[in-house]
Amino acid sequence: MTVAAAFFYLFACVCIASAFMVIASRNPVHSVLFLILAFVNAAGLFLLMGAEFLAMILVVVYVGAVAVLFLFVVMMLDVDFVELRQGFLQYLPIGAAIGVIFLIELLLVVGSMAIDPNILKSPVAAIPPADQVTNTAALGRVLYTQYLYFFQAAGLVLLVAMIGAIVLTLRHKAGIKRQDVAAQVARTKATAIEVRKVPFRQGV
Amino acid sequence: MIIGLAHYLTVAAVLFTLGVFGIFLNRKNVIIILMSIELILLAVNINLVAFSTHMGDIVGQVYALMVLTVAAAEAAIGLAILVVYFRNRGTIAVEDINMMKG
Repeated sequence: MTVAAAFFYLFACVCIASAFMVIASRNPVHSVLFLILAFVNAAGLFLLMGAEFLAMILVVVYVGAVAVLFLFVVMMLDVDFVELRQGFLQYLPIGAAIGVIFLIELLLVVGSMAIDPNILKSPVAAIPPADQVTNTAALGRVLYTQYLYFFQAAGLVLLVAMIGAIVLTLRHKAGIKRQDVAAQVARTKATAIEVRKVPFRQGV
Repeated sequence: MIIGLAHYLTVAAVLFTLGVFGIFLNRKNVIIILMSIELILLAVNINLVAFSTHMGDIVGQVYALMVLTVAAAEAAIGLAILVVYFRNRGTIAVEDINMMKG
């Protein structure tokens, strides 16, 4: 067994085991941590396949942003997670049945699949040899030329998601004192100072 | 022992099934359901990258990048909705989300 095959089995087994723990663990914080482990191992699989850029993006985007977001929300919400787990065993049989049927169907498709050799001869954008062009450069050459609008659409999706998340969660509480710069600047001597005549030995 | 396309597709199929299974298993917990959707999208990404590298066509990786973007956006919006819902109702149980049933 070669080193690459050994690493494939290591990454694949850890990835599947941690994915199982994501859906089966009792504590949602553990679920998020197992999700991070699954994504890191999937990044390892991407590296083995030769997609280095996507592997690094997976680590940066998922482990750095999405998983931390999940962790933040799980810890912020004060929810009784034990109560939410009720009905776990109730849905286990039908879920397992559908899952097993689905898995068998998928594996039958994978086992009986064959790729038309004519398609292999004419790729849309062929991957250049890895010793001449790195994966990142090859991806950039295609992404910024042929798929430019695609790239911009991805940026637009992220922009809409950002604005949507801000609009959804932003709220203005009444009764909080905020700094109003315009009101501060607009103050004059007439509005700010009041001159009063103080009677002798009486005070104001 | 050579690791081919079928190996990666099998891993992706198992991950996809685990994601679907997770949605069935955790019917009440929206956070786990969102994480299961992330697992499903990860399986899709593994499929795309496997086909891309084994067929020598880099367009699959461009598509995988798009799926990654959409998954990140979906997680952000989903969690924002979850936070707003929790603020209003004080719970995140799925079966309580029926106010708009009419």
